[in-house]
Amino acid sequence: MPIAGSYRSIDFVLSSMTNSHIQKVAVFTQYNAGSLNEHLSSSKWWDFGRKQGGLYVFTPAVTSDNNYWYRGTADAIYQNLAFLKNSHEPYVIIASGDGVYKLDFNKVLEYHIEKKADITVVCKEMEPGEEVERYGIIKTDDEDRIEEFEEKPVVARSNTVSCGIYIIRRRQLIELIEKCAEEDRHDFVRDILIRYKSLKRIYGYRMKGYWRNIATVDDYFRTNMDFLKPEIRDYFLHQYPDIYSKVDDLPPAKYNAGSDISNSLISAGCIINGSVTDSVLFRKVFVGNNCYIRNSIILNDVYIGDNTHIENCIVESHGTIRANSYHRAEDRIEVIVESNERYII
Amino acid sequence: MIKKEMIAMLLAGGQGSRLGVLTTRMAKPAVPFGGRYRIIDFPLSNCINSGIDTVGVLTQYQPLRLNTHIGIGIPWDLDRNIGGVTVLPPFERNVHSEWYTGTANAIYQNIEYMESYNPEYVLILSGDHIYKMDYEVMLDFHKANDAAVTIAAMPVPIEEAKRFGIVITDDEHRITEFEEKPEEPHGNLASMGIYIFTWKVLREALIANADQPNLDFGKHVIPYCHGKKERLFAYEYSSYWKDVGTLYSYWQANMELIDIIPEFNLYEEYWKIFTKCETLPPQFIAKGAFVEGSIIGEGSEIYGKIYNSVIGCDVFIGPNSIIRDSIIMNATRIGADCDLNKAIVAENAKIGKNVKLGIGDETENETDPEIYNHGLVTVAEHSVLPDNISIGKNSVVSGVFEAEDFEGGMLAPGKTLIKAGERR
Repeated sequence: MPIAGSYRSIDFVLSSMTNSHIQKVAVFTQYNAGSLNEHLSSSKWWDFGRKQGGLYVFTPAVTSDNNYWYRGTADAIYQNLAFLKNSHEPYVIIASGDGVYKLDFNKVLEYHIEKKADITVVCKEMEPGEEVERYGIIKTDDEDRIEEFEEKPVVARSNTVSCGIYIIRRRQLIELIEKCAEEDRHDFVRDILIRYKSLKRIYGYRMKGYWRNIATVDDYFRTNMDFLKPEIRDYFLHQYPDIYSKVDDLPPAKYNAGSDISNSLISAGCIINGSVTDSVLFRKVFVGNNCYIRNSIILNDVYIGDNTHIENCIVESHGTIRANSYHRAEDRIEVIVESNERYII
Repeated sequence: MIKKEMIAMLLAGGQGSRLGVLTTRMAKPAVPFGGRYRIIDFPLSNCINSGIDTVGVLTQYQPLRLNTHIGIGIPWDLDRNIGGVTVLPPFERNVHSEWYTGTANAIYQNIEYMESYNPEYVLILSGDHIYKMDYEVMLDFHKANDAAVTIAAMPVPIEEAKRFGIVITDDEHRITEFEEKPEEPHGNLASMGIYIFTWKVLREALIANADQPNLDFGKHVIPYCHGKKERLFAYEYSSYWKDVGTLYSYWQANMELIDIIPEFNLYEEYWKIFTKCETLPPQFIAKGAFVEGSIIGEGSEIYGKIYNSVIGCDVFIGPNSIIRDSIIMNATRIGADCDLNKAIVAENAKIGKNVKLGIGDETENETDPEIYNHGLVTVAEHSVLPDNISIGKNSVVSGVFEAEDFEGGMLAPGKTLIKAGERR
């Protein structure tokens, strides 16, 4: 998913990995992987174009003895276990591609070794009042060893949530995954973390910095809007280490007469003729004359015709919005998908 | 054996002294243009878009910035197993080492490089023009005419003709006469400094003239070929082509990008211009800011008001500052309450609070009136300007300044203030 005008969510984890000097990364894709594969078309953006290591993309493949899609996170690893077996690195980091954060994995690994843990789970203490029921909820003892782990409970008993980032020894992982597969279990959280929580030493590493998961529309909207805050922008975009992404070679943004922008992020390749307030515009957005855009997210390559009003909305990428349209969501964020015919000269 | 049909040689070693302080520490082709590009991006992008994948870049004057920019050619897809981009600085040899003494001399010194690709044709380019051109079409023209040399040329106003090499052609575009910067031009078809040579002809001409001091294409090689009755043709070109050799033309070319639909359109899908991307983040336009008729590069944070200006990447413009008709290059910081009029502020400059640039009348510049004119104010890269000062039109400043450097907080129009020895 595109984040903060110029990035995609996977850039954050890949950048954190390259900045932690991890050289070998495997990406498992399955759901609607076209745009992701395109984004990962070259490993050079994250400095993964190496002779030692590199970026590997694994999609489900039909073989003579297996024709399943990935049936779960553990199954995705199981289906590509040969890759793990043929590697020689002692540790494995498992992370999802939908978190927005910066993390030094070396610190997590140091912690993992210091605690003599079997598995370390990166977790984040959420602000009180935050709805945490859609996450994995963790309860630890005084030593930070995980006592309880509940996936999406009805009532959360703590506000520490799992970030979906794990460190585990490679051999240990192979062993657990193989056992899982034998028992026909496929989910890493349910069938490994929760099942083994008393048997294995599982520790929680508390992340200090910004972390957000973009699983829901609301989360997605809020995460993007967070980038309008100077301290968040400074943390992600101006402080070392950087976040890397695929380079697009777009011209700088252009503001024609009649444009009026306030408190907004504008990306490369945009051409703006109208008014934009409190919004995030992704790359190559065209805003026509006399438009009014407020509190909205406009994704990549959207064309907005003249005299259009958009408020509290997310406009899907490659959309074409006809002139004189009116979109105003009242109490929740609305997603606009419009693929009207566009004429390119 | 390696065989390339046509390779390009890009002359990027010149200082470009008419750009004043902009080229004190970098060669002209490395000068930023249009918010996020550098001038050399245009010929390099033209090469790859024309299907030329082997480019030698000849460097000499202040090459550091150029070298880091080009690298191994990744931004232009010129990182190739065979060919790609090669930076060619002058080098020492067993006997008779020298700098590049002229355009053709530089090419002559790299005969070995060209020979290693065994080309049929060699394209000679210079790194100081803004244009989009399909060199393959020009090559087709060259082949169709069975030419030895093809010179790209475009009509210029007759009064400007004496600044260029002028070609006079017959009805078939064959060149009958060639005049280098003539006092009294007999035509207005100007050479654009883009040549296609049949490699055998070029090789012979370079070796025959090897001892000519300051061997130059316009002055020596072209007249030599003409004298030998080789088939010289003019390839007439009429789209956008801009020489950004002077500070004023450089400023003009930047300003032309701002037009609603500029003559030179960077927003077309076809014929993309590639560049090394140093920053990615989106730009932020704050509450209370205003932007109109401008282009702004990535990662910039705008709190002030911008009218008709070209702003680079990673620029910060403070609240209540007004920027008008100006060029602000990458990573420059401008404080609050400033007022900039027709200013060119180079990279990494720091401008304090309440600084006024471009005041007073257009007094002629005291040291270099032929460079600093038309009311432009120029601030060199890495300059630091203190709070509460004013600088007049046609002035230029370079260096790290304190308040006491400006008597009465003011630098009169037409002054040159350059602190020598400042590195940063």
